Amino acid sequence: MAKITFDGIEVEVPDGTTILNAARQIGGGVVPPAMCYYTPLKGTGGKCRACLVRVAAGSAKDPRPMPKLVASCITTVQDGMVVENTTSQQVMDVRKGIVEMLLINHPLDCPVCDQAGECDLQDFAFEHGVSTTRYEEERRTFEKIDIGPLIQLHMTRCILCYRCVYTADQLTPERVHGVLGRGDASEIGTYIENIIDNEFSGNVIDVCPVGALTDKTFRFKQRVWFTKPVNAHRECENEKCCGRVTLWYKGKDVLRVTARKDQYGEVKEWICNTCRFDKKETSDWVLEGPAHINRASVISQNHYELPVVNPQVILDLPESTTRELERNPPLRLGGING
Amino acid sequence: MGRKLLTEHINVEGIDTFEVYRKHGGYRSVEKALKTMTPEEVVEEVKKSGLRGRGGAGFPTGMKWSFLAKPEGVPRYLVCNADESEPGTFKDRQLMAKLPHLLIEGMITGSYALGARTSYIYIRGELLYVLRILEKAIAEAYAAGFLGENILGSGYSLDLHVHPGAGAYICGEETALLESLEGKRGNPRNKPPFPAVQGLYARPTVVNNVETIAAVPVIVNEGGDEYAKIGVGKSTGTKLISACGHLNKPGIYEIELGVPVEEFIYSDEYCGGIWKGRDLKAVVAGGSSVPILPKELILKTAAGENRLMTYESLSDGGFVTGTMLGSGGFIAMDETTCIVKNTWNFSRFYHHESCGQCSPCREGTGWLEKVLHRLEHGHGSMHDIDLIVSVAKQIEGNTICPLGEAAAWPVAAAVRHFRHEFEWHVTNPKEATMPGAAYRGAAVLA
Repeated sequence: MAKITFDGIEVEVPDGTTILNAARQIGGGVVPPAMCYYTPLKGTGGKCRACLVRVAAGSAKDPRPMPKLVASCITTVQDGMVVENTTSQQVMDVRKGIVEMLLINHPLDCPVCDQAGECDLQDFAFEHGVSTTRYEEERRTFEKIDIGPLIQLHMTRCILCYRCVYTADQLTPERVHGVLGRGDASEIGTYIENIIDNEFSGNVIDVCPVGALTDKTFRFKQRVWFTKPVNAHRECENEKCCGRVTLWYKGKDVLRVTARKDQYGEVKEWICNTCRFDKKETSDWVLEGPAHINRASVISQNHYELPVVNPQVILDLPESTTRELERNPPLRLGGING
Repeated sequence: MGRKLLTEHINVEGIDTFEVYRKHGGYRSVEKALKTMTPEEVVEEVKKSGLRGRGGAGFPTGMKWSFLAKPEGVPRYLVCNADESEPGTFKDRQLMAKLPHLLIEGMITGSYALGARTSYIYIRGELLYVLRILEKAIAEAYAAGFLGENILGSGYSLDLHVHPGAGAYICGEETALLESLEGKRGNPRNKPPFPAVQGLYARPTVVNNVETIAAVPVIVNEGGDEYAKIGVGKSTGTKLISACGHLNKPGIYEIELGVPVEEFIYSDEYCGGIWKGRDLKAVVAGGSSVPILPKELILKTAAGENRLMTYESLSDGGFVTGTMLGSGGFIAMDETTCIVKNTWNFSRFYHHESCGQCSPCREGTGWLEKVLHRLEHGHGSMHDIDLIVSVAKQIEGNTICPLGEAAAWPVAAAVRHFRHEFEWHVTNPKEATMPGAAYRGAAVLA
């Protein structure tokens, strides 16, 4: 185990934990943002530089500070390490610069972007950016590229985080897309305008932090904050698919199916394309209850999640309250039908 | 006359053939190392020599070798970085083309010291003619029993391969080189883990520059202590300098580290002064990625002494006046040079060569180039000058690999030392593209 101090808060984590994951154990506002790191995917991280932190002391054995800021998502902790994130002005300044860099070529088309409301870059810019830009040059734009009937690639919005490339490499049997070109001419693409077609390709939509890869079956149907996420599961025939999803309801219609995500927006388990694109009837699923949405998220608008009561607590409640709870259980579906 | 350790026989007729090279004392270090020394003793000699990496970073070679993960039984590799492509640096290709057996000899001795059974020379794809020369020389070394199974009956075996890259500057960065060598896109890896722990095919690997490896035979033959006697302080031995720009005698020179810069530029032994009798304006001492220095700072230290061509002395003035010996790409600029145009030109290169993996480099290099283009073409403003300094600061130190610094340093240093010239370009937009006019204008303004 290693004991580190992160923004003045002491936390003990297993050896080999990254600084970012140590910070996530503390949680809240001290956690560095991550645009390219994605826990379920091996090899991600270190590219966007959004999570740079200052290591004020390397370890108890060698308390010298590290000469440069380090990417917290790929740097492992050392016992006695002292890390500065929000407490370092240098880190805050650099982060502001990273937002500026990422927004150079990312259009501010949030009003028409399907990712709006669940966009990592939107959150990152809101928390760390400034309201103006110093960039006056021509911006990068791309022609529409057809990569198949299920996924829309909107390269103009891509921030080259490489998450979708790692997803395709690690989840699918064949590599069908990757990064073409160099520098700011890099782009995500398929080999000679091929289509992305395999049973798990839909997961690239979930991992994309911005609106570069979106669900063609959901595009322009609804703003996400007007939908109601409900956790559900089914016995999927594909043994690699977990069959556990989130259904996004508008009224009684399922508009979208996604994999379930944790509090940092990362997929917990991968789902197949059949579950994602073909099963859009409530009857296809066993409903579990409303998905938890962070209060700070715009999706929490119109989202009536009732408190989940610990069964142990129920035993100690007065009989009248218990009867009332039996009549109106907290996770009843009526709460999420809008 | 300085001593020549690497290039002593470079002009001997047929020195690129095994026979002639052998007649001139070639492969002695292999015989000595394999027959009389243990691998640890070879590493120890390199440590004693104080040899520092000649690729640009100047890291002590012996120390780098001793970092190699110890466990036996797993393959380990020596990889020669022959992907030289920094603007202004052109020494390695000449060394390989003229003295291919010197590099091969260094590879054998170095591989023996590191316990490598397979080694690679990763060469820049454009240097196809050098690749052919190396392949021919390697075939000769195999035929003579210096490569392959049981070299000279010592029980040590080594296979040496030459691998051409596709011609990307970023593949000169050691981890990007390894990625490329593995057949992947040449993107730099995050460090740690360093190649000494997880390098080629995730095995312990040492990546050394051509010139560094070529110095190994000399060190083994003469002894590390003898080698360390040459040079000044921690900068020991000799160094190849590729001199170009407005010099009377541009070319590749082997200098003993410690030669004063003034002597290197003006003496007949080296560059013979500035062409057409003009005045020196600025120098980039270690390839285009290192900070540019004006004449006053490159010739004298703050204490008024002649600067020396060593790793330490060129940076002794601190960040404000310092630069680096780097790869030894020495670019001299005369009084007619337009610094803004020159900076834009460098910036174009780094914009083009950024791999695009990390955000500050991918977006920042392009931004720098575009603003510099505006300034150079008379469309810039005073605000743009501060903007490029700020953008360079946003890139420097925040990227995965040193290409970020390589793109930021020349811009930041050019503005620091020649700000008046950038301002002149803003106030004289119609004449902004005239080389020389900017400098003379600045003199009038001053």
